[in-house]
Amino acid sequence: MWARLRRFTPARIGLGRVGGSVPTRALLDFELAHARARDAVHARFDASALADELRGAGFGEVLVVSSQARDRMEYLLRPDLGRALDAESLEKLRESRGSACGLGVVIGDGLSAAAPARHAVPLLRELQTARGSNWTNVTTVVANHARVALGDEIGELLGAEAVVVLIGERPGLSSPDSLGVYLTWAPRAGRTDAERNCISNVRPEGLAYTEAARRLVYLLGEARRLKLSGVALKDDSEASGKTSEKRLARSC
Amino acid sequence: MAYSVTIGGCTRSFGDLKILLAKATPARSGDALAGVSAEDEEERALAKMALADVPLARFLEELLIPYEQDEVTRLIVDTHDAQAFTAIGSLTVGEFREWLLDPATDTDVLARAAPGITPEMAAAVSKLMRNQDLILAGQKCRVVTRFRNTLGLPGRLSVRLQPNHPTDDVRGIAASMLEGLLYGCGDAVIGVNPASDSLQAVTRLLEMMNAFRERYDVPTQTCVLAHVTNTLRAMELRAPVDLVFQSIGGTEGTNRSFGVSLKLLEEARAAALELQRGTVGDNVMYFETGQGSALSAGAHEGVDQQTCEARAYAVARHLKPLLVNTVVGFIGPEYLLDGKQIIRAGLEDHFCGKLLGLPMGCDVCYTNHAEADQDDMDTLLTLLAVAGVNFVMGVPGADDVMLNYQSTSFHDALYARSVLGLRRAPEFEAWLERMGIADSRGDLAGTGAERKLLPGASEWLG
Repeated sequence: MWARLRRFTPARIGLGRVGGSVPTRALLDFELAHARARDAVHARFDASALADELRGAGFGEVLVVSSQARDRMEYLLRPDLGRALDAESLEKLRESRGSACGLGVVIGDGLSAAAPARHAVPLLRELQTARGSNWTNVTTVVANHARVALGDEIGELLGAEAVVVLIGERPGLSSPDSLGVYLTWAPRAGRTDAERNCISNVRPEGLAYTEAARRLVYLLGEARRLKLSGVALKDDSEASGKTSEKRLARSC
Repeated sequence: MAYSVTIGGCTRSFGDLKILLAKATPARSGDALAGVSAEDEEERALAKMALADVPLARFLEELLIPYEQDEVTRLIVDTHDAQAFTAIGSLTVGEFREWLLDPATDTDVLARAAPGITPEMAAAVSKLMRNQDLILAGQKCRVVTRFRNTLGLPGRLSVRLQPNHPTDDVRGIAASMLEGLLYGCGDAVIGVNPASDSLQAVTRLLEMMNAFRERYDVPTQTCVLAHVTNTLRAMELRAPVDLVFQSIGGTEGTNRSFGVSLKLLEEARAAALELQRGTVGDNVMYFETGQGSALSAGAHEGVDQQTCEARAYAVARHLKPLLVNTVVGFIGPEYLLDGKQIIRAGLEDHFCGKLLGLPMGCDVCYTNHAEADQDDMDTLLTLLAVAGVNFVMGVPGADDVMLNYQSTSFHDALYARSVLGLRRAPEFEAWLERMGIADSRGDLAGTGAERKLLPGASEWLG
């Protein structure tokens, strides 16, 4: 019976019990999942390797920047530092500002370095084929120790019309590598979460790349048409924002 | 007004009550992030000494957030019961701790004093209390509430069955509900967090959960934890709403960031009362809170996060809830770093809520970016069960696959019942026995019960 019901949900039902306690195998399965989620949070994000991969995949020039958080623990404890560029990165972005930038694409580690490492390139490939000729001047930036709002400052420095941030989401036991996608029109430091649109849980076992790309193209088109993003730009196919990251607090 | 303490000829001063409270707070990452915590351990210890000498009456004069500026402050001041306060009105914060621990201060005395205690007084005294003090005093407080069953009676522990699903799949939710009931969970509420905000999704879940409950005539309540504005609209559409859910905070600005005000919450409560769906009582509200929400909303006004949390309980108290749930480890390590901080906060929240007269439950939980694990949750669950917490969560295998965090499981509830002899709500207990799910002592029957329940669920589970 439980084997049948388990098809309906990824929840841990039908584990069985020993008295009232969890059987050993289920206990150890849980611990393995927790270990993987913990490793995802603390894994080092190899920004240069990802930048090389992006260049190799034909995404042109790719900049690598860092937030002001110097290590993982500081990143976790000081969300404010993860939302601001360090001095060197500021300089780098100022220098790079040349021709007009239409769209800034920022790829950050967020709370799971594994998410952008695995899903950023395949998602961007889908986006490229889905995008058509609408966005020609795209600048790609890979950001270390990044929170979502870091994209505002980057987009502002690039002079971008809009910024798309691809970032690792808070990992769950069954989803250590979920990628979140955030769109902000007219990015500048100080934008609020209400001014963004979010597509959540992008990964093969969650929201497929093609579907995520389709939604993003729709949102980008609407943002350009209405000259705004956020709550005023509702994607009718999906509630904006991830429930887990809205419960009681902002965490991006 | 400044507060000071002199030790060995050295005097340390604290600018005002807000600063003093923040610096007297046991260490936690959220107060450090806000820049309000003590600079070192000595300053924290000295702040506690200075706080111990502050008369409770002082809290009625020096308001942490101005009356004109904040409707939560106005609520606290305007509803303060001066008569009830006389029992403790002459005490300092340090003496208040001793009064709380005194055996002569029993359940009845505490219940009579509750309307005279403000959130700031509760927060202040909790800062001077060790974990065992929080458990001892918390255990003496009893808060009983009713809707379709009776929650919070002595020797009882209830469970919110939390059958969340990443895409609100009705079959997936029904499968988790079925298993939870077979584990004897769900007497506090069967409450699902919807993945989608849409009114259509909310009403679909309300209909399904209500039909499921009616099918087996379960003496409990169901709830979809949607935003209060959506629940109001669902009630207008005559969807079966038992409880109105809302996240709340301890400052007007925090509540604004949640899209609510006292007026809106009062309206929603009135609408739910009109439906008269409760059979044994009319506590129709379900609130969630958590330390850190005010800072996260940029609305903490320089007040430490634990005092902000206690102020949220003033909002809850005003609306006579069935359930108040502190979601203690959910927000993340920037507010509560590790197991030690989460455990301490869980005990503080339970104590402060109960002292103020609230039916406190706790989502004993952590996220994967916090420095915590199942061992820490076992510890907090055990401590809270000893402290007499009204309810905890029941999530399949402790893994919430929608909200991406770990809470307590169906198994965890059985553990707490087993080691502490805690029983379920009486009406629910009788139902479990009628259905053959548990025996008269509350022990789960062997296999067979699922075969009795499954045919009735074929509408959802095929």
